[in-house]
Amino acid sequence: MIAILIRDMRLAMRAGGGFGLGLAFFLIVVVLVPFGVGPQSAILAEIAPGILWVGALLACLLSLDRIFALDFEDGSLDLLATAPIPLEGVVAMKALAHWLTTGLPLTIAAPFLAVLLHMPQNGFVWLVITLATGTPALSFIGTFGAALTVGLKRGGLLLSLLVLPLYVPTLIFGAEALHRGMAGLDATTPLLMLAGITTGVIALLPFVAAATIRINLR
Amino acid sequence: MSLWEYANPRKFMQTSGAVLPWFAVLSIIFLSTGMIWGFSFTPEAENFGSSVKIMYVHVPAALMAINIWVMMLVTSLVWLVRRHHVSVLAARAAAPIGLVMTLIALFTGAIWGQPMWGTYWAWDPRLTAFLILLMFYLGYIALWQAIDDPETVADLTSVLCMVGSVFALLSRYAVNFWNQGLHQGASLSLDKEEHVADVYYWPLLISMAGFVLLFITLVLIRTRTEIRARRLAALMARERNQ
Amino acid sequence: MDRALPLFLRGLLGYAGDMELMNVRNLACTRGGAAVLEGVNFTLSAGQVLLLRGPNGIGKTTLLRTLAGLQPAIEGAIETEPDTITYGAHADGLKSTLTVAENLEFWAQVYGMRDINPALDAFNLQNLKTRDAHNLSAGQKRRLGLARLLVTGRKIWALDEPTVSLDMASVELFADAVRAHCKAGGAALIATHIDLGIAADLLDLTANKAKPRDLAGFDEAFE
Repeated sequence: MIAILIRDMRLAMRAGGGFGLGLAFFLIVVVLVPFGVGPQSAILAEIAPGILWVGALLACLLSLDRIFALDFEDGSLDLLATAPIPLEGVVAMKALAHWLTTGLPLTIAAPFLAVLLHMPQNGFVWLVITLATGTPALSFIGTFGAALTVGLKRGGLLLSLLVLPLYVPTLIFGAEALHRGMAGLDATTPLLMLAGITTGVIALLPFVAAATIRINLR
Repeated sequence: MSLWEYANPRKFMQTSGAVLPWFAVLSIIFLSTGMIWGFSFTPEAENFGSSVKIMYVHVPAALMAINIWVMMLVTSLVWLVRRHHVSVLAARAAAPIGLVMTLIALFTGAIWGQPMWGTYWAWDPRLTAFLILLMFYLGYIALWQAIDDPETVADLTSVLCMVGSVFALLSRYAVNFWNQGLHQGASLSLDKEEHVADVYYWPLLISMAGFVLLFITLVLIRTRTEIRARRLAALMARERNQ
Repeated sequence: MDRALPLFLRGLLGYAGDMELMNVRNLACTRGGAAVLEGVNFTLSAGQVLLLRGPNGIGKTTLLRTLAGLQPAIEGAIETEPDTITYGAHADGLKSTLTVAENLEFWAQVYGMRDINPALDAFNLQNLKTRDAHNLSAGQKRRLGLARLLVTGRKIWALDEPTVSLDMASVELFADAVRAHCKAGGAALIATHIDLGIAADLLDLTANKAKPRDLAGFDEAFE
């Protein structure tokens, strides 16, 4: 199973693999917002947590259709489905690879972009904590969405339509925990809920996604 | 006799064809009674003015919007467990009705909200939850549209319905947490003190019954259409293979 | 499923029977919800090569996918021990940005094998080892796809048109690989239209084209 993780990471890093695209997209979204909203630092600081969370979420969404679509096109998915590794494990490893190449870099880059939005410095720790807790959920939920649309030629738009509603709770709890943490309030509840969602989807969704892929392959 | 007998498309078509006119007539009677009574023969409320009367559309539509999703969840589970095509086709047939009910609830709510709260829209938990429900309906319907193979699409939409239900519940909890709202509590409830006054009670109940009957009528018609479309496709496939 | 336990027990007791690797009885398969094949019967023994024949669209690919476990059979039984079959499709499952060796090593790891050199030798890929897969010609890609079979360690090869875009010499390499595989106790099930020059049995599917099913059946009125 480690082989799958290594292969997916390698593919993402090599030419055309899309690594860095999500990161660049995140940067551009964050840069565009002040152009739309205006340069007043008070307003930007106010909306920074939301912008950073929504930006990270969209950047995550951008690369979801790569998780299975390429493997489906070149026949690898058929071969993986008949391999001795359980398909659930394949799915979990692919989701993990997606997080390592998307969610993790986003989390690390977020504080630097937060500077552009005049986010107060005491928020940086909370920004990293909430993104690190929440982005794995985005990858695993997204993997389920990618599994649903794997057989479709132009599934990207449908994938967004299916996945975005599923992202709502993660976004709400993530941004809320960040808001509260920054304001010096007690952020335990939203943070625990966020962690709960993440652990829940990591535990359950690979099974659902694997079943979905089997349906799509037959 | 068992309930599963109606899972046979042929049996379903016979029975539903026989009961359909009755449901249609009943829904017309209940809806017109509820609406006319509600709109014309109830007093205007103290603080609400005549705008309160939109309640006879708003509350039943909101109720149906949620219940139709629950019905879709149940029929999807029946499909996954027992593989009855009629079951999943009923879920497919119900989804656009649920979507319309959600839209009605949102629109009438906005019209009602303007005189009441001074705004068409507020990011109140209930309103937000309905907006999220709308997105789930859209995704579910879009998935049905996207895939041709009948078994595959039935399985996929059923899985989406199940997973979606879990996330819809989570979202409901999340938006409650996110913003304590200004929407009033449940309009009808048995154990709470603060339900609507008795003058409004009966017409509202009749409107609700009317909406339920209307839904049954529509979902039967639409399920019958889906079954016929499926048969047509099967016959054409058969033609091609010969 | 009901067959799994006795087979499992047989495996435990080291009982190999008459070296029958696969026994298919009265199999029917579907494509896109419609039945395409029915009443397919055959057995595959160790060392045997079975060529699938039949006109285009008869359902050779569907049959192979069903045997590989990618789609369920609508009736009939496939008796085989678990993890004996590997499926080689039209698509090779290659990653264009990985090198030949990386591609092959990945599949070797997935199937728990170590050494990829025999596979590289068998399909004459040693000197292409470090080349990226997108710089390979169509025939070279195909050879790499076929080399994957050797690193799976599975006994039954279910192959769908394996010789597409191969030149004569490469077809000969492939035929050699199949012969060696059969000699070592394996078997192959190949859908192909060309003569491979291997001693093989034929399975003609023309007569197995599914007839339309009865419309009156309970809950099956759509088929």
